Amino acid sequence: MNCIIIDDELTARAIVSQLCSNIPELDVIAEFDNAIDAIKFLNQESIDVVFLDIHMPGFSGVDFVQTLKNSPKIVLTTSDTNFAIEAYEYESIVDYLVKPITLERFEKSIRKIKNSTPSNNHPLPQEEGSTTNGEDLYINIDRRLIKLKFNEIMVIEAKGDYIDIKTEKETYHVHTTLKKIKEKLPEKIFLQIHRSYIINFNKIIDIEDNSVLIGKNVIPISRSNRPELMRRLNLL
Amino acid sequence: MTETPNLNYIKELSGTDIEFEKKFITIIKQEFPEELQTYCHHIEQNQWDMAAEIVHKLKHKFNILGMEQAYGVAVVYEENLRKGDTALDKDFRKILNNITKYLRTI
Repeated sequence: MNCIIIDDELTARAIVSQLCSNIPELDVIAEFDNAIDAIKFLNQESIDVVFLDIHMPGFSGVDFVQTLKNSPKIVLTTSDTNFAIEAYEYESIVDYLVKPITLERFEKSIRKIKNSTPSNNHPLPQEEGSTTNGEDLYINIDRRLIKLKFNEIMVIEAKGDYIDIKTEKETYHVHTTLKKIKEKLPEKIFLQIHRSYIINFNKIIDIEDNSVLIGKNVIPISRSNRPELMRRLNLL
Repeated sequence: MTETPNLNYIKELSGTDIEFEKKFITIIKQEFPEELQTYCHHIEQNQWDMAAEIVHKLKHKFNILGMEQAYGVAVVYEENLRKGDTALDKDFRKILNNITKYLRTI
């Protein structure tokens, strides 16, 4: 099995590499001190296993897992267990190793990899009664992934390098752009009506002149977006 | 706190591979002083979140060096720093000094 190691600490990479050297069928092909370079590498090379540090500055291990479309099997390595639960949201994540990793625990992890089914990066099927895939969105806030159901979102407002996602109960301040989140939203439900606003079409209370009322929010409609909004209304 | 760093974990991993032990010592002697400097810089600049990030890295080294009590201090300190609380700075620096002295001996 080919593997790569991703960790921003040299000592940590050296240790995982040493652990790998004890497993005859495991070949360390490359090591990376950041996830971005690893993604570029994975776009070119076929790899069986990734040993991934979850806590890295800038682009974290969670970001890495979310970004990969056809993911190899991933074993997370970290100093703490804060991310363990959300880590198992992803089918590609086979195991979770807490540093310092013992050889015995590492060997157990390799057995789990061998016994696991071929991976992909889709979140695991959810329990009956909860939302199905495609009806929710995970947002990254303070290194926690928070699930929002599409039908909970009322308005999304651009705020510089951030966006505010407003639900009936809360407003989430997320470091991304309106353009990026728009790509993740179903067009059937969401509509951009202004360069700074995307609205949930189902949450409209009324439309007056150049504004839309959603909850207690009065959202402006730009001239260029108005025709599309009007086209989608079921006018009597 | 008089916890003594040790290489027990590294020796266990090395087994008969003496080269790995030497390699690890070289790496930690290089990486640790850099991280110590980074920590001091962020504290001087009141950059608490960035200081917390480097404490996160350093706490992993405490673990590797078998310093369980120091690791416990670092876990709490990392959280406190994210709230802007630097009260554990003095204790943390004692741990760092302790490791610095130890690295001179290996």
